[in-house]
Amino acid sequence: MTDLLRPRAIGTPMERVDGWAKVTGTAPYAFEHPTSAPLYVHPLQAEIARGEVRYIDSHAAEDLDGVAVVLTHENAPRLATDSDAELWVLQTPEVAFRGQLIGAVLAETPEIARQAAGLVRVEYRQEQHDVVLRANHEALYTPEVVNPAFPAESHEGDVEAARPEVVIEQTYTTPMEHNSPMEPHATIASWSNGTLTLHDSTQGVHVMRSRIAPVLGLEPERIRVIAPHVGGGFGSKGTAHAHNILAALAARMAGGRPVKLALTRQQMFALVGYRTPTIQRVRLGADRDGTLSVVAHDVIEQTATVQEFAEQTAVGTRTMYAAPNRRTTHRLAALDVPVPFWMRAPGEAPGMFATEVAMDELAEACGLDPIELRSHNEPAVDPGTGRPFSARHLAECLREGAERFGWAGREPHRDGDWLVGTGVASATYPRYAMPGSTATIRHHAGRYEVLIGAADLGTGTWTALSQIAADALGCHFEDVRLEIGDTDLPAATVAGGSSGLGSWGSTVVDAARRFREKFGTDPDDGDEADGAMPDNPDAQRYSMHSFGAHFAEVRVNADTGEVRVPRMLGVFSVGRVVNPLLARSQLIGGMTMGLSMALHEHSVLDPQFGHVINHDFGQYHIAAHADVADIDAIWLDEHDPHSNPMGSRGVGEIGIVGSPAAIANAAYHATGIRIRDLPITPDKLLR
Amino acid sequence: MNPFDYEQATDVAHAVGAVTRNPGAVFLAGGTNLVDHLKLGVSDPELLVDVSRLPLDEVRELPDGVRVGAAVRNSDLAAHPLIRRRFPVLAQALLAGASGQLRNLATTGGNLMQRTRCPYFQDVTTPCNKRRPGAGCSAIGGHHRDAAILGTSQHCVATHPSDMAVAMAALDGVVRVQGDGGERGIPVAEFHRLPGDEPQRDTVLRHGELITAVDLPGTASRSVYRKVRERASYAFALVSVAAVVEVEDGVVREARIALGGVAHKPWRATQAEDALRGAVVGEQVFRDAAEAELAAAAPLAGNAFKVPMARNTLVAALRQLTGGQR
Amino acid sequence: MEITWTVDGELFVLAVEPRVTVLDALREYLGVNSVKKGCDHGQCGACTALVDGRRVLTCLSLAVQCDGAEITTAAGLGERPVARAFVEHDGFQCGYCTPGQVCSAVGMLDEAARGWPSHVTEDVAADVDGLSDDEIRERMSGNLCRCGAYVNIVAAIREVAERASRAGEGAR
Repeated sequence: MTDLLRPRAIGTPMERVDGWAKVTGTAPYAFEHPTSAPLYVHPLQAEIARGEVRYIDSHAAEDLDGVAVVLTHENAPRLATDSDAELWVLQTPEVAFRGQLIGAVLAETPEIARQAAGLVRVEYRQEQHDVVLRANHEALYTPEVVNPAFPAESHEGDVEAARPEVVIEQTYTTPMEHNSPMEPHATIASWSNGTLTLHDSTQGVHVMRSRIAPVLGLEPERIRVIAPHVGGGFGSKGTAHAHNILAALAARMAGGRPVKLALTRQQMFALVGYRTPTIQRVRLGADRDGTLSVVAHDVIEQTATVQEFAEQTAVGTRTMYAAPNRRTTHRLAALDVPVPFWMRAPGEAPGMFATEVAMDELAEACGLDPIELRSHNEPAVDPGTGRPFSARHLAECLREGAERFGWAGREPHRDGDWLVGTGVASATYPRYAMPGSTATIRHHAGRYEVLIGAADLGTGTWTALSQIAADALGCHFEDVRLEIGDTDLPAATVAGGSSGLGSWGSTVVDAARRFREKFGTDPDDGDEADGAMPDNPDAQRYSMHSFGAHFAEVRVNADTGEVRVPRMLGVFSVGRVVNPLLARSQLIGGMTMGLSMALHEHSVLDPQFGHVINHDFGQYHIAAHADVADIDAIWLDEHDPHSNPMGSRGVGEIGIVGSPAAIANAAYHATGIRIRDLPITPDKLLR
Repeated sequence: MNPFDYEQATDVAHAVGAVTRNPGAVFLAGGTNLVDHLKLGVSDPELLVDVSRLPLDEVRELPDGVRVGAAVRNSDLAAHPLIRRRFPVLAQALLAGASGQLRNLATTGGNLMQRTRCPYFQDVTTPCNKRRPGAGCSAIGGHHRDAAILGTSQHCVATHPSDMAVAMAALDGVVRVQGDGGERGIPVAEFHRLPGDEPQRDTVLRHGELITAVDLPGTASRSVYRKVRERASYAFALVSVAAVVEVEDGVVREARIALGGVAHKPWRATQAEDALRGAVVGEQVFRDAAEAELAAAAPLAGNAFKVPMARNTLVAALRQLTGGQR
Repeated sequence: MEITWTVDGELFVLAVEPRVTVLDALREYLGVNSVKKGCDHGQCGACTALVDGRRVLTCLSLAVQCDGAEITTAAGLGERPVARAFVEHDGFQCGYCTPGQVCSAVGMLDEAARGWPSHVTEDVAADVDGLSDDEIRERMSGNLCRCGAYVNIVAAIREVAERASRAGEGAR
C-alpha cells in the first residue's frame, strides 16, 4: 500500500460542517430544490400481483381541472432498452408484482395529482400469483453469483460425513425488512436543451446516471444528477429505481416544465428495494472442547421474477470460523414480488444472526462460555481464501468488550417483574474499495477546492472527506472547500458497502499527491490537478475485514413478554477512524438499527394480495427513542496499513452485523427461551 | 383526497345543525385520525365542520365528579391536576397514547370518535366490510396480529385503538352528546359498538350528534393503566388494562376493569369484576377472574397470544394495585 | 380560502383549498422546507413545528384550521441552546428528522417546565421535577430517527435541560 497519511485533521472529532444547516432544516434535500412552476407526479401502482393491465380509463382523471396528463403504458415515451428489467417502466401492460408502476398523473398541485390518481380506472387480466417463500419451494435455484460477485457456494471437506462430538443444527429465519430512510425517495426532473436534470435523493449521482442513461437512450453527459444532501438510504438509494425513470418519462410529457415526484411512505414498500426474507439452516459440529469441525450454512431466500438480486447471506460465515468441513450455499425462489436490494449490510446482517445464535447454542452444548468458544476458534488466516488477514483483532474486541461490559460471572437474574440476561455475538464486514472514482483539486482564492461527486447520506462525507483532503494536502481544514453530490463533478463511486469514504478518500489523496508534485506548496490561483482511485496490490494479498464484538443486556417482562434492551456495547476493529465523533454516530446508528431488527422489524407480505400490508411507520415499527437506552460503541486504537492511505476500513455497516444475535442470545440467557425467528416479539416469550 | 368544503362552527347548535342537514358532513376536531383517513381515501366527506374552537375546552369539577369538555386536548387533560389526582388511570392512559405532538392536537371527543384500526381498513385497495359492507373481511384470512379476540363477528375483527376510552370505560364515564332533538348521555362502555353485521358503525351516535363532554363520576385514586406493546412507546396496544379497585381488609370491595386492544370497543370486563367482588386478594383469584373474562375469547391463529397476554396483564395490574406479591 | 399565518416571524397571506395540510402549505406553497415530510400520516414526527407555542404534527393539521396561527419551524428557532447541543453531540446523521426533533425538544422542555407528567412518570399525581434520561426518551418518542441518533439526541437534550435547571429558568 502507498504511504499512510500523517493524521492531523484525521482523527479529530470535528463537528459536521453541514450541522447548522441540518439542525435548522435549511440543508436542501431533493424535493426542496427551488423549482419554478412544477407539475406534481402521483404514481399509479398495480393492484394485482401478476397478470396484465387490460384497460386503463383515465378520462375522469384527465377531465379534472389542473391535470396536465395521465401517463400510462399506452402513451409513455419509449425507452431505449429492456435489458434493465426493473427500469423498463410503462413499456408493456405486464404486471410482475403488486405495487408495480402502471402510470402516473401529472397535475398542477400535489392534491390534484393524488385525487386524479384515484379517478383512474384499471381493468386487469389477473393470473395466480406466488409470493410466499418456502424452504421446499419447487422453483428454488442456485444463482450464478451472490451480491456483489461472490460464488453462490463454497465447499471444503465433507460436511455430511463428519462425525463431531457435539452438533447444533437449527433453522433460523429473518423476515422481509425495509430500509425506510426518513426522507422518502424523491426526484425533481426537468428537460432542457436535450439534457435531463435530476435533483434526486441518491447514494451516488454517477451511479444513478450510469444506470439510467442506457435505459433512456442518452449519453451520460446529457444527464445531470444533483444530490447535495440525502435523508438516509441504508442501501435503498444505492441505485436507480423505477420511479426515477417514471420521473424522466413524466418530464418528457410536461411541456418543458419540471416535474416533482416524491414517493409516499406506502409506495416505498413496493418500489425501492428491501431485505429479502431468509430461511437459514446452520449446522455446527465441534469436539467437546469446542474445536469446530463442521460449519455449514445453507440459505434460502427470495428474488423477483422481474430481476434477480441474490443476497450474500452466508458469505460472512466463510470468513468467520475455520473447520475442516465447511459448506455455504444460497438458493433462491423467484416470486411475484418487488425486487429486493441492498439494505444495510446485506448478507452479513441476516446471516450473522443465524451463525452467531448457533455459536451461542454450541457454547451451551459444550459447556463453554460463548466468548471462550469464539476465541478458541479464531483462525490464523482467512478460512475462505487462505490469505492472511490485514488485521484480525476479533479476540481483542471480545476481550475488551467483556471487561468493559462486565461479562465475567454473568448470571441471569430477576429484577421485580423483569427477567434479566446478557448476550454476546461477533461481527465481521468486508472492507470494500470501489474502483473508478476521480477527483480534481484546484487552488482558488487561497483555498483548495476539492471536487468529487461523492454523497453524504448522513455519513458525514462533507466533514470527513474534507479532513482527509486537508491531511493529504498538508493544509488547514479551513482551507479546504469540498464539493460533492453533482455529476458535473469528477465521477465518484456509490456510498455503499461501507466503501465510500475509503474509496473517495484514496482518490482525493491521489489528487492531492499529484497536485503537490506539480505545483508544490505555494500554488498559483487556478492551478489544478486530477487524481484517480489507485490500484491497491495488497487487496490481492490480504483478506481485509472489519470485526466487532457486541454485548447486550436484555430485560423480558415475566408477565407480558415485553422485551427491553437497557444496555448495548460494541467494540470494533475498523482500522483508523477518520472522525471519532461521526464514526461513533454511525456505529451506534448501526447498532440501533440492529436493535430495531432484533425486536421490531417485519414487513408482512400478504399472501392474498401480494403486497406488504403493514406499509407505514404506524405498523412497520422501527425503534423509537424509548426503545434505545444506553448504547455505546468504541474501537481499538489501530490502523490498517494495507487498506488505504488513511488506514481505515469503513464504519457504516459493521454496527448492525451481529447486534441482533447478541440481543437474541441475551433474551435466551434471561428466559431460557431460544428465539430463532426474528423479530423477538413478546408473544414468543409469553408464558 | 377529494375536495371538500370547510366550515368553522360558531356554536354547538350551529355545528349540530350543519352536520345534521348534510349527510356528507362530518365534524372535524384535532384531525389526527380524520385527516389521516382523508389522505388514505378511507373517509370522503363533502363538508368538514370544525368544532375544535368551540368553547368546550374546560375541565371542571361537578358535585360528584369531573366534567371534561369535548375540545379539551389530550395533553391538557393528562396534565390537569384534577385528573392526575382523582383519576390517575385516565392520566396514565392518555400518556400511554400516541406521542406528545399528537396529544397536543387530539381532543377528548375526537379520541372517542377515532375509528377502529386494521391494516385492511386503512388500505383501500383491499376488501373491507367496514369500508364497503359486504365486500368481505381481509383480516380474518390475512394479517390479524393486532385483531380482536372478544366480541368479534364473521364480518370484522378490528380493534378500537383508544387508550383514553378504555380508562373512561372503567371509570363509568358518561358521554354527553348534543343532537338536533336535544341532549343525551351514553355510558362510555356502551358508546362504541361490537361489529356484528354492521361493522361500518363504530359507535351508537346518530348522524349529526356532537360529543360535548364526558362526565367522570366520583373519584378513583386507586387505579392503574397498563399497556403492552412491542415498541416501548408511540405504538398501539397489543392489549391494555384499565383497573380501578377498592380493597378493604384484604377483600375486594369494588373492581371496575376495562380491556383495550382486544375488541371493537373498550371491553368492560364484567365477568372479571364479578369474580373479584368480595374475593380475598390473591394471585389465584386474579387469575381466575381474568380467565373468567377471557373464557369467551375467540382468537384467530395469528392473535391467539393475546389471550394469555391479556390474562397475564390483568393479573399484573391487579397485583400492582393491591400491592400483592407474585 | 384565504388564511393568514406568521411563519418564523414573517407574515403570510395565502389562498389554499381546505384539503391542503399545514405541512404541504408550508413546503409546496410557501417554500418553507424546514418542516419535513417523512410519512405524511402522523407516524414519524419529521413534520413537527411549534404552532401557537405547542409542538404539533403539521401533516395532520389542515391549513384552514390554523388561520391566524403563529408557526415556528426549526429555521425560525435559530441559534438556540437545543440546536447548538444537537450539533455538539452529533444528534443526527442524515438530518432529515432533525428539524422535527429540534422543534419537538423545544416543545417538550416547555411541557416539562410546566410540570406535565409522562408515561414513565412514576406518580402522575406528583409534581414533575427534572428530566431523567427515561423521561426525555419517552417524551421524544414521537420523533423517529432511522439513522439511530437517539443516544446523541438524548445527550444533547439532557445537557440543555440540566443547564436550564441550573440556571433556574426556561430552557428555551
